[in-house]
Amino acid sequence: MWKFIHKLASPPHFYRFSAKIIPWFAGVGSILVIYGTYAGLFLAPSDYQQGDAFRIIYVHVPAAYLSMMAYSIMAVSAAIGLIWRIKLSHAVAAAAAPLGAWFTFLALVTGSVWGKPMWGTWWEWGDPRLTSELLMLFLYIGYMALRAAIDDTVKADKASAVLALVGAVNVPIIHFSVEWWSSLHQGPTIIREGGPAMPVEMLYPLLAMILGFTFIFGALLLGRVRTEVLFRERRARWVRELVLTGAGPG
Amino acid sequence: MTEPDHISPGLARGFCAVIRRDIVLAWKRPGDVVNPLFFFAMVSSLFPLAIGPGADELALTGPGVVWVAALLAALLSLNSLFLSDFEDGSLDQLLLSPQPLPLLALGKALAHWLISGLPLVVVSPLVAISFQMPAQTINVMLITLTFGTLSLSLLGSIGAALTVGLHRGAALLSLLILPLAMPILIFGARTVALAAADDAVSAGIYFLAAYCMLALTFAPFATAAALRISNE
Repeated sequence: MWKFIHKLASPPHFYRFSAKIIPWFAGVGSILVIYGTYAGLFLAPSDYQQGDAFRIIYVHVPAAYLSMMAYSIMAVSAAIGLIWRIKLSHAVAAAAAPLGAWFTFLALVTGSVWGKPMWGTWWEWGDPRLTSELLMLFLYIGYMALRAAIDDTVKADKASAVLALVGAVNVPIIHFSVEWWSSLHQGPTIIREGGPAMPVEMLYPLLAMILGFTFIFGALLLGRVRTEVLFRERRARWVRELVLTGAGPG
Repeated sequence: MTEPDHISPGLARGFCAVIRRDIVLAWKRPGDVVNPLFFFAMVSSLFPLAIGPGADELALTGPGVVWVAALLAALLSLNSLFLSDFEDGSLDQLLLSPQPLPLLALGKALAHWLISGLPLVVVSPLVAISFQMPAQTINVMLITLTFGTLSLSLLGSIGAALTVGLHRGAALLSLLILPLAMPILIFGARTVALAAADDAVSAGIYFLAAYCMLALTFAPFATAAALRISNE
């Protein structure tokens, strides 16, 4: 196991290995998302309160979950890169940030599209989750701005890693402080005592979408890390061989 | 292991020397201290001019305005926290000194608070009176601003250390620090607003105090790490 992880941290090995697993991630993710979309739109019954408008959760919930997930991945890989000086994990952190920002944006847009028929407004400042999601987007923007401002890659990696960790400490505090306001948002429905408060015809498509989004996120992340690694290792011999021969390193 | 005094000064002496040096520097250039205060007063006076002079409107917006203005004034002064040290090379001396860098970073942050945060707390009642806050609300505002500005100095020192050698660092610093500073703003402004409505304020004050302790404990280490990265 450790040997496998050690090998994976070497850029050429990662480059070869990721080429093999990206199609699997993309394939499984696509199947799940296609099933989830169909079942969510056609098989799941309308909600007795929200009508058909609830169906946006099939995009909203996976996007919101991935916006948190991407930040955790970013912060954990930044910490690994800072502590054990593994170059690949800095590349992962750099690749995760724009994806996380995009899913955060998606969660915000779908949330406000849902909010218009439900609450009657596009934006509700009193809702803690919308607000903390917006602050999450600002955190991503700050991280990417810092990275873009530093030309030296090594320095940008370390500086943005410190910022990601400071942000990671602050994320729970930000959530808590925003929650302190009174809430309009409905409470958690999937994970709670006594099982989900949702019929299975609604729940299965949602789980499929969450899982499918995660797989597609994995494929996108690995793809971005691959280009990031190629760019960072552009002076390395294995990249030159790869470009010249058109084949992977041997 | 004890070291003779003439080889390297003790921790307390190094710490105090950093603070004393920044205060002396600020004393020689009073504009650096006074300008953020004028900025604070001017931004606060923008809001009555923009929103309207009615007593109800002022009472409603007052706590938020004071806090937003304080946050912006702190950001304005944070940009220069390490800048002059970076330009004249004394930052390198700090990095090379035998004292632990987190301690010196804590000294820099505390000096920044003494120079910019404390004066701001002192003049804030003037702004509050112009917003017609009652005396008891002003007391709560003073307490929250004290904890809040100290937290901002500590949190901001991380951002200032990360952006110290960069061009266009000022705008970048705001992008980095503002989202992190939101809890301070939320609790600070809401607690003052609660006080204005005669509600219980202790929860907000406790939170700000806890946040301040957290920042005092961790921020110097993050600042030290950031300074080493920016100057390698």
